[in-house]
Amino acid sequence: MIPRKFGFPLFAAAMLALPLLPLPDFWITQLNYIGLYALVSLGLVLLTGVAGLTSFGQAAFVGVGAYTAAFLSVKLGFSPWITLFIGVGLSVLVALLLGAITLRMSGHYLPLATIAWGLALNYTMANMEWLGKYDGILGVPPISFAGFNLGSGRGIYVLIWLFALGGALAVTHLLDSRPGRAIRSIKDGTTMAEAMGISTFRYKVIAFVLAAMLAAVSGWLFAHFQRTVNPSPFGIHRGIEYLFIAVLGGVGHVWGAFIGAAVVKIVEDQLQTLLPALIGTSGNFEIIVFGLVLIAVLKYAPEGLWTFIGRWMPAHRRERDWANAAPLPARDKPATGELLLEVDAVRKEFGGLVAVNDVSFNIRAGDIVGLIGPNGAGKSTTFNLITGVLSLTRGQVKFRGQSVGGQASRDIARLGVSRTFQHVKMIPEMTVLENVALGGYLRTSSGTVKAMLRLDRDEERRLFAEAERQLERIGMAGQMHELAGNLALGPQRLMEIARALCTDPALLLLDEPAAGLRHKEKQALGDVLRQLKREGMSILLVEHDMDFVMGLTDRIVVMEFGTRLIEGTPEEVQASPVVRAAYLGTEH
Amino acid sequence: MDFSIASILALDGVTNGAVYALLALATVLVFAVTRVIFIPQGEFVAFGALTLAMLQLGKVPGTVWFLIVLAVGAALSDLVSGLRHGQSMARIGRNLASTLVYPLAISGLVIWAAPQNFPLLVQALLTLALVTPFGGLIYRLAFESLADASVLVLLIVSVGTHFALTGLGLFFFGAEGYRNPSFWDARFSFGPLALSGQTVIIFLASIALIVALWLFFERSLYGKALRATAINRLGARLMGISTDGAGRATFTVAAFIGALSGLLIGPTTTIFYDSGFLIGLKGFVAAVFAGLSSYPQAMAGALAVGLLESFGSFWASAFKEVIVFGSIVPVLLWRSLRDPHTEEH
Repeated sequence: MIPRKFGFPLFAAAMLALPLLPLPDFWITQLNYIGLYALVSLGLVLLTGVAGLTSFGQAAFVGVGAYTAAFLSVKLGFSPWITLFIGVGLSVLVALLLGAITLRMSGHYLPLATIAWGLALNYTMANMEWLGKYDGILGVPPISFAGFNLGSGRGIYVLIWLFALGGALAVTHLLDSRPGRAIRSIKDGTTMAEAMGISTFRYKVIAFVLAAMLAAVSGWLFAHFQRTVNPSPFGIHRGIEYLFIAVLGGVGHVWGAFIGAAVVKIVEDQLQTLLPALIGTSGNFEIIVFGLVLIAVLKYAPEGLWTFIGRWMPAHRRERDWANAAPLPARDKPATGELLLEVDAVRKEFGGLVAVNDVSFNIRAGDIVGLIGPNGAGKSTTFNLITGVLSLTRGQVKFRGQSVGGQASRDIARLGVSRTFQHVKMIPEMTVLENVALGGYLRTSSGTVKAMLRLDRDEERRLFAEAERQLERIGMAGQMHELAGNLALGPQRLMEIARALCTDPALLLLDEPAAGLRHKEKQALGDVLRQLKREGMSILLVEHDMDFVMGLTDRIVVMEFGTRLIEGTPEEVQASPVVRAAYLGTEH
Repeated sequence: MDFSIASILALDGVTNGAVYALLALATVLVFAVTRVIFIPQGEFVAFGALTLAMLQLGKVPGTVWFLIVLAVGAALSDLVSGLRHGQSMARIGRNLASTLVYPLAISGLVIWAAPQNFPLLVQALLTLALVTPFGGLIYRLAFESLADASVLVLLIVSVGTHFALTGLGLFFFGAEGYRNPSFWDARFSFGPLALSGQTVIIFLASIALIVALWLFFERSLYGKALRATAINRLGARLMGISTDGAGRATFTVAAFIGALSGLLIGPTTTIFYDSGFLIGLKGFVAAVFAGLSSYPQAMAGALAVGLLESFGSFWASAFKEVIVFGSIVPVLLWRSLRDPHTEEH
């Protein structure tokens, strides 16, 4: 079998050499369309499949690219190589505007806004005198490059497929990088990503802007390939068709965009001649089939056609190439005994309910502090107040002397507070190592462009070396190449601890790490925490399991009904009649 | 523009706004109970208007065959799931019967009634009776098995449904457009303002329906059960409320509202098989004004959309759609500034 790393160059070479074969022009034209569609769908793979957002307005971005190219080259005589940048720039501006407005709200506002944007733009094109109204703009000049005329089907074929394959390569590179993992982390909620220091809003915008850019490039190519533009290929229905292509091909996979584009283009042509003949009148009857197939795919094969092909592809296995990588920068750690966290009379009210009632406690560097209490005592809420997931109603939280109350959780993470979650939050389709590397987000800096151009490899090696070191620290180095979703609950919780450690924290917050673990797994977890304590780590532990907490902690804070009941050493707490009353009830 | 033109435009806008309000209410209702952002709401409008137009011509409307196709599809899915779960023949038979009886009966009735040239009102009632069952059937075929999927998946399915329904609409109704006769030809003038009987009917019907919906959700047990489903599906299920049943009922109500809107708007404009999409989307813009959650805000939004459209068409007639759909951007901006939190999805 061909090793995976040769797969792409071989495929690319084959596609680019295709026009040398005596293929009929009809098929070259078909392949041109497939390349153009795939370029747009590639953006939707990133946006919908990876980031969990969607847009019905991609056809409108194609229109921006196409109309910019046509108008500037026909009416003002600009070179196509300049209009490319102007068209892409315009679509970036629109995407930034729509994204800035909608992406702070829940996920369905973006698609709604893009429907409206697609419709509005299409009517604008169709009614503007200077854009030629419904007739559009005719006589778009061909692209020429270094004396070659790329006007014919075969000429522009090479250009279209260079862009399409280049786009696929760039997206593939992006997905396996620091910003790529950040984009993958926003699909299932934002709390975990924010706790790792990722601005989820920023990456949503980036994904949307990239999708818009790919669409605009496709539009630019389209204008110079068709040599004419008019409003109809940029309507809302075409926007839906692009989404259909991505979903049919496999919306989570880069090559799904190409498979979807090929199948849809070829089947669409067949249906457009077959169905009207069958029915007896002309009309766009193929949309019936598209609609039904779209519903069926989402119901019965949500991974699309790629699942049937992808299973024959060799599995990707990360090469361990970071043996000599330099360590990532580390923060200066607080000296043992230094006052680390001051929780001062924090209060949280949900309407009339006081969930946390003026709770205060301190943590000093090197301490393991347990936060315990019966169900509903407000432990997790306190936890969320400290980490910035919930906003304070009143009170103050100070970390290393700096007030952090009211700050976003990613800013608190930046100061050196890292956490795990009561219900494990991870990216199941990434490996253990990649999940842990997410924790190193704030210690690295490569951006989207660097990642696409593969200029981030040195930093990636350092990051993976660090992630592996943290996995070794908790005894999981052997499982680093497994998919996180395949792990049992115990190892998943340990992986979360490794991820938190990968942030190089000054304070580690563990939210019920032992919940749901079996006896052996609890022992392993206890060993890991004791080892961390020996290494000088400071830990705040929310836990139910009394034995577990008693054997591990230096001090314990007991909460009941939102208030602090008592604070003391494990022995003091065990002896306290108030605590017994809280857990077991009082004698009357 | 003087006062008389402004008042005529305002009346026009409020009239259309009343219809958009109905569609907006249906959209909010469907989203609240099932989390489906129901793009094809407007299709029911076109189906309603075109069915009545066909009956006016004394022809059997395409909706009849369309309904039978959907009912047979739902019956087949009953059969398959019955066999797969090893249900008894008697039970499968009962399920099939409950799926097929009403659609077949109403189809038969309409086939018989079509050439009889009944009065307009009877034909309107037949139209409502024929289009309303589409809602439940579409829910069963497209959405029911995906009820727990994410809002995003449901939205894409909804768009797929729109595609299929538009294409099927072309197949069953043809590409020709129709304009229905007014229900009431009376005219009333108040100074410069001329109020047509149809306008009065639009207002009265909209208000009646809004009041009926309010009574249903505030006063009836089943209405409260639907609201409970909207708030918490699992909780509602534990209380013995069938969430599948709630979904079907909601879609049935949505189809009824759509068909009624089609009857109301049919005499004021020519309706084609695909006209419903834009009409429905305007109701939809109004629903987005309300964040897909508040009924009073949706109504206010619908009136705003209607007014924007009528004044927009006076000032820049070619750009009225651009103005209406473009207005969603400042509204979303306002919403995001007012309520910036993101929810887990």
